[in-house]
Amino acid sequence: MAVDLDTCTGCGACVTACHAENNIPTVGDEQAARGRAMHWLRVERYWEGDFPDVRLKFRPVMCQQCDAAPCEPVCPTYASHHTAEGLNAQVYNRCIGTRYCANACPYNVRFFDFFNPQWPKPLHLQLNPDVSVREVGVMEKCTFCVQRISAASIDAKAEKRELKDGDIKPACVQSCSARAMVFGDLNDPESEVSRLARSPRGGKLLEDVGTLPKVTYLARQTQV
Amino acid sequence: MSEASSRKLSDDLLRPLLETSWRFYALVTFLGSIVLMGLCTWAYQMYMGFGMTGINNPIFWAFYITNFVFWIGISHAGTLISAILRLVNAGWRRPVTRCAEVITAFALMIGAMFPIIHLGRPWLFFWLVPYPNSRLIWPNFRSPLVWDFFAITTYLTGSVLFLVLPMIPDFALVRDRTTGMRHRIYGALALGWQGTPKQWHRLESAMSIMAIAIIPVAVSVHTIVSFDFSMAPVPMWHSTMFGPYFVAGAIFSGIAGLIIAMAALRKFLHLEEYLHPVHFQNLGKLLLMMSLLWGYFVFAERLTVWYGNESAEIAVLRVTQTGSFAPLYWTMVVVNFVIPVSILSIKRLRTIAGCVVASFGVLVGMWLERFLIVVPSLGHKYLPYSWGTYRPRPVELLITASTFAAMCLLYTLFAKFVPIISIWELKVGEQEPYETAQERSARVLGEAHP
Repeated sequence: MAVDLDTCTGCGACVTACHAENNIPTVGDEQAARGRAMHWLRVERYWEGDFPDVRLKFRPVMCQQCDAAPCEPVCPTYASHHTAEGLNAQVYNRCIGTRYCANACPYNVRFFDFFNPQWPKPLHLQLNPDVSVREVGVMEKCTFCVQRISAASIDAKAEKRELKDGDIKPACVQSCSARAMVFGDLNDPESEVSRLARSPRGGKLLEDVGTLPKVTYLARQTQV
Repeated sequence: MSEASSRKLSDDLLRPLLETSWRFYALVTFLGSIVLMGLCTWAYQMYMGFGMTGINNPIFWAFYITNFVFWIGISHAGTLISAILRLVNAGWRRPVTRCAEVITAFALMIGAMFPIIHLGRPWLFFWLVPYPNSRLIWPNFRSPLVWDFFAITTYLTGSVLFLVLPMIPDFALVRDRTTGMRHRIYGALALGWQGTPKQWHRLESAMSIMAIAIIPVAVSVHTIVSFDFSMAPVPMWHSTMFGPYFVAGAIFSGIAGLIIAMAALRKFLHLEEYLHPVHFQNLGKLLLMMSLLWGYFVFAERLTVWYGNESAEIAVLRVTQTGSFAPLYWTMVVVNFVIPVSILSIKRLRTIAGCVVASFGVLVGMWLERFLIVVPSLGHKYLPYSWGTYRPRPVELLITASTFAAMCLLYTLFAKFVPIISIWELKVGEQEPYETAQERSARVLGEAHP
């Protein structure tokens, strides 16, 4: 995935889309005040400079799907593991909730279910049937909308063709009105995401920690 | 040693087993109810959800892991200290070893509960165990938590063996002095001990094998506990010195625990004739040495981080030294270093009372040390956007309190059913009596310096 920080307006549509797509519960104000808010994708806001010369910066942060992910080796049950496609998968049924992965993650993008999730009626009717609802005591995180990746692969197979660039759009990418987010196959050097990953503006978040993240952030150029 | 003094020794040390006062029942009821309350609290936490604790994002480990490291640390009291004292054949060890070894066994049992209590789904804890299963799934051997499982079970097995071996002749003694049900139970525990030369020989070989084997195990256990932290790329956790730092801290808190347990036994079981001030003085010197070593480790850790000036680590350093955790941090420095060093390095203050005061301080300080390793680092990882802090909630406080009661309860029950001082070892020791420094200097230098 690539995220262009130049075009990101910080509107938060990606966060909402992610909640709707992935059955992420909203925990309510009391739990949120206790630090239990759950957003697989969050828009970090940073202010630079002193008032009135303030610059506001946004950075959407989701699981960086690291190639050398610190969350994976520490999990005692292989709930957190690397798939053949290169995703960091989280097997909810295998998770026993040691929360070690969340500690090891330098990006703090892994979330713990402190209680069984609840949706006020009639919102329980809008749950996505393609995504499992997680029970109390397990870790969960951004999957790059693995259900959409699978669906697109199955469709392509049924139509006897290869997946082409742009076939797969995670919910955040689909809902970004500024088209700041691009998703694709990094193994395909011709894909748009590969092109952006090679951009001189491209950089990785906390690259020096050595996690080899797969999300490229394109640096801001405009002065607003 | 004379027949009469041998008989008196057995009488004194077996009295707690054979006579029971109402105080014992009162104490057991009191401690038992606190332990029961802790178990109910745990059940409540499981029923309501893990959110009843103060854990939050990003502080995913806090009180329970602190308690885990603390109790595993206390467990180094025993086996390690007593194994070293046995190997160097320190004469004064004899009344101390069993008090120490039993702390190990119980502290390990309590400590090993915490990784389970802290799980999001504790009923699935057995997935850490490599058992054969139809899905052919093993635990992840790369995970330090799996190493923990192996380290702790090895240490628990080893230390229970190390504890039980020297108890066999004492069980036989109790067997010979009791009748009825007790006679049969202690008879079974004595494993047919008759005191033949062959049996003595085997017992002593087994004990020296265990004393040697248990030392590397004890060192590895706390090193592996430290690896839970140092294997993760978290600021101030990812440190090469955590292994020896944790082992030193563990022995430090272990000695403090041992001194407090011995002082309590001495007072409540009237063992003044067996646990002398010299025992406390010697353990006090060990405590002093460990306090200095601990201070050195903290100094080395903090100074290198400060000089390294790496931004994420500096954030953690700042919040502990001068930020919101500073009151806890400086309390730790005072009770772990300033107070023990000033009390224990002055000979006049190195009394039983002085040692106990210093030890209580060390227990508090070492608990705080573990808390300050776990929490501030997690609250100040790399991205300031997701910084956070932590406050314990009632379930965590109750469960923590109940484990201290559990330790006292197990120790009380043990002292009730097993001679807490090894009778046969003391009798052997009477033939080569230990002496205080004053006595020795009087004997050696007596003629030269009248």
